[in-house]
Amino acid sequence: MNQPRREALVRQILEGGPASVPPELYADVMRRGGRMLRRRQAARRLMWLLLFAATVAFVVWALVAQPWVEPPSETTPPLDW
Amino acid sequence: MRGRGASQSARRAREFQAFVAGAAGRLLHAATLLTAEDPHDNPRARRLLTLALAHTYACWDRLRGEDPYDRTRQYLATRFARGAWHQYGALGRTRSRATGALARLSPQERLILVLRLYEGVAEEQAAALLGLPQERVRAICDRATTTLLHPPRGPAPRPVGAKVAPS
Repeated sequence: MNQPRREALVRQILEGGPASVPPELYADVMRRGGRMLRRRQAARRLMWLLLFAATVAFVVWALVAQPWVEPPSETTPPLDW
Repeated sequence: MRGRGASQSARRAREFQAFVAGAAGRLLHAATLLTAEDPHDNPRARRLLTLALAHTYACWDRLRGEDPYDRTRQYLATRFARGAWHQYGALGRTRSRATGALARLSPQERLILVLRLYEGVAEEQAAALLGLPQERVRAICDRATTTLLHPPRGPAPRPVGAKVAPS
């Protein structure tokens, strides 16, 4: 038996009318899917919030500490007259 | 902001409902073939489909033109592959509740057979989806076809609810 014929036979076995979908399945899907969606949205919101807070903290720290200013020298030049 | 969110969620629900109405029957049949359950008593297949559809619903707004049917099928297949590994163990030792047409096959054989021949997924796509080399997918598909068409003798459950093809 050649390949296409075998595949056609298997397809015949696999085919069948579309299964009858129980009506409560859709409600269940919406419940679960909605929960997943809300959770993802909350996670995304939290991430943005954290990013914003980190940016603000960095800016405040930079303005206070001013790390680009050269620190005053701690050694004094030798006093030789 | 609130109004835009509400209208978007209403549109999503409407589109998703239309999608489910069109696709759920076929997907449930595919899931039932995967789990090798009886078409009228298929709790595992229903659970699998519920999870896959919920996943599709959750990423509906980010599909960006991708086919939702494709996405659902992909999730269904990978979820089944992972679940089969846990449930049956690596050796595929038990198939206690298997009564459907594909009851003689192992979970992996069923998965590949359903993807290739029922869903018509191309060989390289199925291979990429399952993380297997293409030759292996072809070999498993051939073996499954042979097992299905020429069932070995032995005390295996008789296929129920499907025409038995003459070989």
